[in-house]
Amino acid sequence: MAGLTGRMSTVVKAKVSKLLDRAEDPAETLDYSYQKQVEQLQNVKKGIADVVTAKKRLQMQETTLKQSVVKLDTQARQALSSGQEDLARTALERKNVAQTELQGLDTQVTELEDQQQKLTDSEKKLRAKIESFRTKKEVIKAQYSAAEAQVRISEAATGVGEQMADVGLAMQRAVDKTENMKARADAVSELEAAGTFDDITALGSGEDDIDKQLKELSSSSAVDDDLAKMRAEIGAGDGGGAPAGEIAAPSETAQTPPAEGQS
Amino acid sequence: MIVRISGEDQYRLADSDAVRLNELENEVVAIVESGQEDGFADVYRTLLDYVRAQGTRVGDDEIETSEVILPPSDLTFAEAGREFTGEGLIPD
Repeated sequence: MAGLTGRMSTVVKAKVSKLLDRAEDPAETLDYSYQKQVEQLQNVKKGIADVVTAKKRLQMQETTLKQSVVKLDTQARQALSSGQEDLARTALERKNVAQTELQGLDTQVTELEDQQQKLTDSEKKLRAKIESFRTKKEVIKAQYSAAEAQVRISEAATGVGEQMADVGLAMQRAVDKTENMKARADAVSELEAAGTFDDITALGSGEDDIDKQLKELSSSSAVDDDLAKMRAEIGAGDGGGAPAGEIAAPSETAQTPPAEGQS
Repeated sequence: MIVRISGEDQYRLADSDAVRLNELENEVVAIVESGQEDGFADVYRTLLDYVRAQGTRVGDDEIETSEVILPPSDLTFAEAGREFTGEGLIPD
């Protein structure tokens, strides 16, 4: 190659060539690798489906968290208007944590969506390449038996071999990617499930991880701000203001024992 | 000459493009060898963009051997590093 001494491409090319040198029976190798390609494509498709499932699970958790945020906000108002400021503060702290988690989830879902789109695109491209490989291999196999064309064909066969190796590599990477994404989504999902909080009535006597997190947050100005804002709103709303509509039975709700499904 | 970007396409480039291609590739190698990831993604993208811009895509129905094979566009810095120590994209 005229002046091209790039080490990177040389190394990559040397490796691809080495792969091809191993082929003993070209016809058999071509058929076999076509089979492998078709199988791998199935794996890519399955991988994408897994990613979609994982994404849906995260989206469901998003919905739950959003409901929690609304619920905790309502509970904070109820607690505050019934004079239970500590309870209101706890609810707001939880709301704050839920909102932060929600942002994190949102980033994850967006990222998954983006990656899913890329993978779907490359799956389409790979499918087209495999189809063209299928046609090509038949041509090569037919030519291969004609001894006089041997030299020309071995070059052509190398070209096909190179493409075959490349499709294989691309599919392996696609499969690896779907596995990574699924693993990451699953990890986030588990983390969320473990830290799910429903509402303040579910507060137990023992101190769990969330409580510890909340304590760290309790000095946070965000909660103070929320509290102040809420206090002002409730104050302004006194005497038949808007928030009254959201508060069905303030003191009662705040002291309701844990309902079923809450731990 | 024909350049393949792994996992993407083959491109037909003028032989005279080899000089610039080589420079860009050496820049990538230099960054990888320095062990500092800064700038890796940009330089690598520049290299691939050069191939895409200067070259004409080889049709899917053509059977050609590449003179140059470049790693995939999503090559990570860590993978690029391993590429030179024998544990690259395609194992020995």
